[in-house]
Amino acid sequence: MRVAVTINGRPAVLEAAADEFLADTLRAAGYASVRRGCDTTNCGLCTVWVDGRPVLSCAILTARLEGKAITTIEGVADEAAAFASLLVAEGAEQCGFCSPGFIMTVLAMKRELTNPTDEEIIHYLTGNLCRCTGYMGQLRAVKKYLEVNGG
Amino acid sequence: MKIVGQSVAKLDGLAIATGKPLYTADLVPANALTVKLLRSPHAAARIKAIDPAAAIALPGVVCVLTHKDVPLVRFTLAGQTYPEPSPYDRRILDDLVRHTGDGVAIVAAEDERTAQQALGLIKVEYEVLTPVLAPEEAIGHPTLVHPEDDLFCNFAIGLDRGRNIAAAHTVAVGDVEAALVASEVVVRNTFRTQAQAQAMMETYRAFSYLDHTGRLVVVSSTQIPFHVRRHLARALELPASRIRVIKPRIGGGFGGKQTAVAELYPALVTLRTGRPAMLVFDRKETFTASNSRHAMLFTVKIGADRDGRIRAIDVRNLADTGAYGEHAPTVFSVAGEKSLPLYNKADAVRYSGYAVYTNKLPAGAMRGYGATQGCFAIESAVNELAAALGMDPCELRLKNIIKAGETDIYHGKPLGSSALDRCIARGRELIGWQGKYPRRDLGDKVRAVGMAVSMQGSGIAGIDTASAEVRLNDDGNYTLLIGSTDMGTGSDTILAQMAAEVLDAPLGNIIVHAADTDVSPFDTGSYASSTAYVTGMAVLKAATELREKIIATAAVALGAAPDEVAFDGATLRSAAGKEISLARLAGQSVVGAERRQLTGCASHGSPVSPPPYVAGFAEIEIDKETGRIALVDFVAVVDCGTVVNPALARVQAEGGIAQGIGLALYEEVAYDERGKLLTDSFMTYKIPCRKDIGSVRVFFEESYEPTGPFGVKSIGEVVANTPAPAIAAAVYNAVGVRMTSLPITPEKLFAAMNNKKLRSETP
Repeated sequence: MRVAVTINGRPAVLEAAADEFLADTLRAAGYASVRRGCDTTNCGLCTVWVDGRPVLSCAILTARLEGKAITTIEGVADEAAAFASLLVAEGAEQCGFCSPGFIMTVLAMKRELTNPTDEEIIHYLTGNLCRCTGYMGQLRAVKKYLEVNGG
Repeated sequence: MKIVGQSVAKLDGLAIATGKPLYTADLVPANALTVKLLRSPHAAARIKAIDPAAAIALPGVVCVLTHKDVPLVRFTLAGQTYPEPSPYDRRILDDLVRHTGDGVAIVAAEDERTAQQALGLIKVEYEVLTPVLAPEEAIGHPTLVHPEDDLFCNFAIGLDRGRNIAAAHTVAVGDVEAALVASEVVVRNTFRTQAQAQAMMETYRAFSYLDHTGRLVVVSSTQIPFHVRRHLARALELPASRIRVIKPRIGGGFGGKQTAVAELYPALVTLRTGRPAMLVFDRKETFTASNSRHAMLFTVKIGADRDGRIRAIDVRNLADTGAYGEHAPTVFSVAGEKSLPLYNKADAVRYSGYAVYTNKLPAGAMRGYGATQGCFAIESAVNELAAALGMDPCELRLKNIIKAGETDIYHGKPLGSSALDRCIARGRELIGWQGKYPRRDLGDKVRAVGMAVSMQGSGIAGIDTASAEVRLNDDGNYTLLIGSTDMGTGSDTILAQMAAEVLDAPLGNIIVHAADTDVSPFDTGSYASSTAYVTGMAVLKAATELREKIIATAAVALGAAPDEVAFDGATLRSAAGKEISLARLAGQSVVGAERRQLTGCASHGSPVSPPPYVAGFAEIEIDKETGRIALVDFVAVVDCGTVVNPALARVQAEGGIAQGIGLALYEEVAYDERGKLLTDSFMTYKIPCRKDIGSVRVFFEESYEPTGPFGVKSIGEVVANTPAPAIAAAVYNAVGVRMTSLPITPEKLFAAMNNKKLRSETP
């Protein structure tokens, strides 16, 4: 079936089977930043935005997104690079495989929360798993980002 | 030093963090076939009949292969230097399946849906066998995991397939029985460590195609490209010259990708069909059909004098290697070899036991490689000894640990470097030991501290090697060619830092290339904490050779002797004041007759494997009503020799500690009574999330390792080891029960606390 959406601000028509999840449709359409780390909605690697809210694209049927605005990390490249450079300064991207989904959640958090405490940051980001870093360096990068950019 | 010791950003950091298409699955050709495996639902079964006709007939299916269609040769998939010490106990597909998830058939189709549908159309008739599940029952079990008579190993590792023994091992120094008898205090306990999943975020995956000369190209997320080439050659009965293995960016490995888990299947499909083929494991397959940390069962006896000198350590171990023996003998030996040498004041030590086959997920390599398990058992026993002696556990360590220059009781060699005594002293300060040890009762809750120390190695002494080449390009920049595999650690970057240091070059002038077996110089791969230490020394040697060639070439151009030429990285100046820029020299090196491009090439293997050290300190809070353990603070002080890149080293340590916390409190590969894996998703297998970690603080106490490049040892593995014994010690200090079986879940702890209470109430 054909689903008319916008992706990163541009109109697009996605070709998808009726039972196809958005993560797979986006990958097939060339958005390599969208990844699956699990099959059970636990890891957060596939996080994108639908109408500005972070969602797990592995758990949303493409067919349900008619008229919706989808944002991947490619659509917020400058903002993502600004945060990523702080993440990289901490060495906290490590293997990088979970980073795009993690960054999409961080950027959504910045829009949603004002002056969050450490506990609020950790709570907001807790659905994004990382096996490499132990999370401490990610927290340092997030706090620096919020310091510099407000939030 | 100018750049070694600096926290420079990873060369690939921004690109990978922002999702650029750089990983294996991002590079697959558009027309690649999708490969899937039919997997056994039984822990042990013989395939009586298999009929793929209906699957083959399905439109879109290109190829279905069963055990009747694959070579009969046996091989190992362990990423180890040839000849490997792991048993050759695998076939691509066999008529005997040895664990739930073992391969039964390979399907290749035009798309994933068709491949999935075809799996359901293959008819298989199984003769279900009684599985061997408990390692304690493996020896002498009526079911043989490997009844086949063509199984073999390159070395005498004690392999005895008739008794389900994959490897047997004994090391004894001195008379341990006599030393135990002579000891004034003896503690004895048993310790169980569980199987742990590597759980890297990028699951196993590989794709393959034939190149313009008909050679097989395999692109894989692997830690071991050169070993993979050799394994493919053997298993597919193809000359190695017909195979090329390429490693792109890797989304984490932790040892899992030190075994060639995925590559064979797409490669075989490409050979049979001529088509590009891709296999991506989903998370369930990654849990059920790859490998894990070896579960181990230890019995430890430690004898000491009243004043705290450890006189004897005797360790028995039974390791569960699962259905196949990749890494079985070596993980087993490392559990003793990388923990017992910590205590060199003993008169005698002994380490012995078996690694046994069972009908479970094969064990393999995982960060720590046995040392993690050994550390839990031996450090827990040393903490018990401290309690028996009424001694502070930090003092007991300081009294007994090996110091630099002293002889290691296990290997009989002098120790080149150690700052472990400083690590213990500083960690004790930083955690606030004085005032917190052993416990503070807060009413419903209790807080306590515990500690442990650990060692690992740096590379595999006398066996593993690395080669490196540094080239001066025509534009005055350098290319660094290496065969190690940066799986997120930042090793490409720290190796470039080392080359830049030698050549006085800005990091941006060094192009790093790794790894492609057609192009890269040989490297065993990134495992065994080897890359900074072994590959690093190869890079140091190669860059030094190139620097000398640059100076010698400039000397000719400047009409001076080489020792009269100074090189600051950009310009070469003679004592007489003449000069030539590096860029000009580089340009000249490729123009005209009798010119020669300047390169430095070197190989390195080390006769020793110098241990890095960690002193780990845990502060925990236990809810007395529920047994819930919260990790309040974890302090690790690390001696990895010289720290090449403090930011990357710190994150390596924090990440390793988080995996150690997972081992201590949360993670366990578990089975039902028929051998079916219960933990095949992140719903049922819990890795720590960011709420589970608390505070982790990492500090460095540098030593200078004389055999390492710039004084470097290693850091990747040693950091995973101390959380489990330190947390278990803190639990004892808090509530007085010894948790000897990992993970320490609230249920287990609550039951143990209750039992203690009942015992104390019994008149």
